[in-house]
Amino acid sequence: MFAVLFEPTADGQRYIDWLLSGLGWTLALAFFGWWIAFAVGIVVGIGRTVQNRAFAALARLYVEVFRNIPVLVQMFLWYFVLPEILPTTLGNAIKQIPPPWGSFFPALICLGLYTAARIAEQVRAGIEALPKGQTEAASALGLSPYLTYRHIIVPQALRLIVPSLTSEVMGIYKNTSVALTIGLMELTAQARQISEATFQTFTAFGAATLIYLALALIAYQGMALIDRAVRIPGTARTDDDIAPNLAEDIQQAGALPAGMEIAK
Amino acid sequence: MVQQTVVDETRRPPAIVAVEGVVKRFGRFTALNDINLSVRAGEKIVLCGPSGSGKSTLIRCINHIETHDSGRIVVDGVELTDRMGDINTVRREVGMVFQSFNLFPHLSIVENCMLAPMKVRGLSRAQAHERARGFLRKVRIHDQADKYPGQLSGGQQQRVAIARALCMQPKIMLFDEPTSALDPEMVKEVLDIMVELARDGMTMVCVTHEMGFAREVADRVVFMDHGAIVEEADPETFFRAPRTERARDFLGQIIH
Ligand SMILES: Nc1ncnc2c1ncn2[C@@H]1O[C@H](COP(=O)(O)OP(=O)(O)O)[C@@H](O)[C@H]1O
Ligand SMILES: [Mg+2]
Repeated sequence: MFAVLFEPTADGQRYIDWLLSGLGWTLALAFFGWWIAFAVGIVVGIGRTVQNRAFAALARLYVEVFRNIPVLVQMFLWYFVLPEILPTTLGNAIKQIPPPWGSFFPALICLGLYTAARIAEQVRAGIEALPKGQTEAASALGLSPYLTYRHIIVPQALRLIVPSLTSEVMGIYKNTSVALTIGLMELTAQARQISEATFQTFTAFGAATLIYLALALIAYQGMALIDRAVRIPGTARTDDDIAPNLAEDIQQAGALPAGMEIAK
Repeated sequence: MVQQTVVDETRRPPAIVAVEGVVKRFGRFTALNDINLSVRAGEKIVLCGPSGSGKSTLIRCINHIETHDSGRIVVDGVELTDRMGDINTVRREVGMVFQSFNLFPHLSIVENCMLAPMKVRGLSRAQAHERARGFLRKVRIHDQADKYPGQLSGGQQQRVAIARALCMQPKIMLFDEPTSALDPEMVKEVLDIMVELARDGMTMVCVTHEMGFAREVADRVVFMDHGAIVEEADPETFFRAPRTERARDFLGQIIH
């Protein structure tokens, strides 16, 4: 059924090469978009929890704006609208960026900033789930608010939210398909092109579907590995170096909120 | 740097903590009502009183985890105000041990003890490590240094919390019911450490209902009720002949 993928195309390649090229753009967009999203998401998520009113309000505004506008609309805003509202020379320079980069960069920024808003909310939830005693103990030791976030709050909050970040990882690479609307030849766009060239619609989209599924599985497994790697010793039920009779004290310690249990 | 306001030069030894007319409200509820308390260097004070009487609030005000609404608190010569430059210059001199331990679960035992000395006191990793080892030995838990808090019993965790505070080499140690969350068989191991600390001359303010401990180390017992200090006496007097009805009721309850 997938034999058609190995037939030669008009430009001397095979259809599977089109798919692989599409996969490459999808992965590039998801990968680099993720790091933008992660970096911005942490900063904004922290911003949602700080005492400074102005900073917290800005972070809130960011989240509400980027989370509530549909990705497709954001894609159009970055691609079509941004060059128009910038000064003419800058706007023209952006329009001159040759393909595929002229589509790739707006798509990258769009997905990065959209996903950042979602990650920010996860980070905030992770921070708010930590017991108040953690901040108090840090303050009592003379750690400044910055040091407390840096060494106590953020490291614990990030561990807590690894499972919910898994769905954000999956989300960003699924959303890469929206980039086809601004002309990026990523996986879905290539599948459509194959379908149009060969009239084998089922094969073309079937292959793309299988690739998306494989990516989902890889992302899921990868995040599960990370979850295990960053797990705090002594917090896992399966950890056999905790004597059973200590379980109660560990609970009492309130070391980690119930969320950590789910995190496993 | 923080303005140094020296108080009580005349008295000897000088008060290292001076609480004068302190009022603390939570909304319309008055948690501390005109508290006056002075702690001299080397003194050991036991704070007791019924639940909700304001003991935790008082010691949390002393290291500014809670901010007081009026009155003055002077710690180690520095008055605590909202406008003060850097509260952390005071906090690093004041160690605190919490009822619920509050160890950092993602750091190993020795890292729990090294973090603040490195980041706040500016010690090198090697210096901080050596100091942490020393205090962990003092609380008899050095063989667990590379474990994580979640792998220790409650009593062990509380001893680590004491070591962590001591690693900052504070001038004062505050304890907020350090043994209340512990199983009975673990209370003694923590109290033993606190007694040793007292013998070493540490200035201590302890909220505790462990009357044996109070008898053994306290210079003064301060009894609080409804946000006010009701009675202040040496332990022998307080336990044998409490002056107020409320203190008698309270002692009657905790002894049985
Ligand atoms: N953050 C807070 N918000 C509102 N009320 C509080 C807060 N902290 C303490 N209180 C109230 O202040 C009173 C004194 O509390 P606390 O100092 O914890 O008492 P104690 O330690 O003596 O049991 C209690 O009635 C308590 O409910
Ligand atoms: Mg209390």
